[in-house]
Amino acid sequence: MNEVLLRSLTPGVLAVLVRRGADFAAAGAAVQDALVEAVRVWPDDPPRDAKGWLVTVAWRRFLDATRADASRRRREDLVDREPTPGPAPAADDTLQLYFLCAHPSLTPSSAVALTLRAVGGLSTRQIAQAYLVPEATMAQRISRAKRTVSGVRFDQPGDVATVLRVLYLVFNEGYSGDVDLAAEAIRLTRQLAARVDHPEVAGLLALMLLHHARRAARTAADGGLVPLAGQDRGRWDTRMIAEGVAVLQGALARDRLGEFQAQAAIAALHADAPTAGETDWPQIVEWYDELARLTDSPVVRLNRAVAVGEADGPRAGLAALAAVDGTLPRHTAVAAYLHERDGDPATAARLYAEAALKAPNLAERDHLTRQAARINARLNAGPSG
Amino acid sequence: MAKYLLLKHYRGAPAAVNDVPMDRWTQDEISDHVQYMNDFAARLEKTGEFVDGQALAPEGAWVRYDGEGRPPVTDGPFAETKDLIAGWMVIDVDGYERAVELAGELSAAPGAGGKPIHEWLEVRPFLSAPPTITE
Repeated sequence: MNEVLLRSLTPGVLAVLVRRGADFAAAGAAVQDALVEAVRVWPDDPPRDAKGWLVTVAWRRFLDATRADASRRRREDLVDREPTPGPAPAADDTLQLYFLCAHPSLTPSSAVALTLRAVGGLSTRQIAQAYLVPEATMAQRISRAKRTVSGVRFDQPGDVATVLRVLYLVFNEGYSGDVDLAAEAIRLTRQLAARVDHPEVAGLLALMLLHHARRAARTAADGGLVPLAGQDRGRWDTRMIAEGVAVLQGALARDRLGEFQAQAAIAALHADAPTAGETDWPQIVEWYDELARLTDSPVVRLNRAVAVGEADGPRAGLAALAAVDGTLPRHTAVAAYLHERDGDPATAARLYAEAALKAPNLAERDHLTRQAARINARLNAGPSG
Repeated sequence: MAKYLLLKHYRGAPAAVNDVPMDRWTQDEISDHVQYMNDFAARLEKTGEFVDGQALAPEGAWVRYDGEGRPPVTDGPFAETKDLIAGWMVIDVDGYERAVELAGELSAAPGAGGKPIHEWLEVRPFLSAPPTITE
């Protein structure tokens, strides 16, 4: 039995049932039943139209379950009274599923879990593993999310921005367990891009591709973080970079700039440089200016200060940094880097050590600790060393 | 999306507002307290925010390597230990604000006189995996 095929069909089948008026949770159960049936029947009697077969069986299961459940009499009446809407060729059911799973009434973590379950077709166990929580916890999170959106009607178009935010969260979570969330986020964003003609969808897809292309070079053999400047560019996936750049160019040509396109443009400029030293920093600063205008985010201004430091020297970078909120995560790390480049190793070592204590993750903390240790070793060796 | 450790202390935390030792509470007050803690955990399981939780015995020992071929050195329990962990709960929530909100609720467990004990709980974020997009 082709598990990949089944997984790719599942969201579409679920979407059809939900659009026909099935409650989200009941639809999910019916689709599971249909999958079990498919595994039993298909090896001997493969269907001509796999998705159509699954929809028919799942819908029948849903109706059976609804009828059998006496306490749900009211819903049965509803189903009987409201004739099943016929196929709507213009509507893309999977697209509606994206919007439903990213509904604003859900918390970010619930939206992420529901998207991976319903659109991505991942099992609850796989999602729980990826997020390092017990399976029972994830099951509850998903079923609560289903209950939250079960009353939502598909009568108005969803908000693309919300869907993109959810996919971005999935991508940024990286990967652990047996599911590669970054790859999964790219797969889902590709699907979305094929269905929605929106430059920011393309922008997010380009951003993901450009970052994913550098993934192998981001981590050292010992698991440590390799910063961009130190990465072996021969290990970057050039085909993926080329695709990301092409997707981005298509989006920029539409002349409706958004934050994902601007971020992707910055990633593209990094990916385009044959060596770190040849990075086009002045253009990167310009893109950060665009980003700051679009988002007004302090994190963007912090990153801009790094770019200014590269384009116009560490003093200019420190001046730009002075205008950024000092309590931001990584502010101290950036200050340490700029002070080192400005020829003040003592201050840099102190700030690196301070930044390590504030680091939000292990890889970053280890990296910053090593930076401090590297400078301290040089300082202790004295002028002759 | 972000995991936090909620730590309860036998000792080491600032004194609770309603600071009557548990062995002076009535049977019902103890039952109510335990019930509150169980209900709290059960509620977090339902919201999909519960990861794990355990209670620890107050007795503990310090252990360290004592050189090649020698058994590890054990000492203690250290009666003078400043900080003594009574138990912990790990939660997985949307952010820091939610973690603080939940710790606040847990701290309101009833104690003597059926009134909240206002116990101080320590809230510590887990170090996470680095985000994929950094620059």
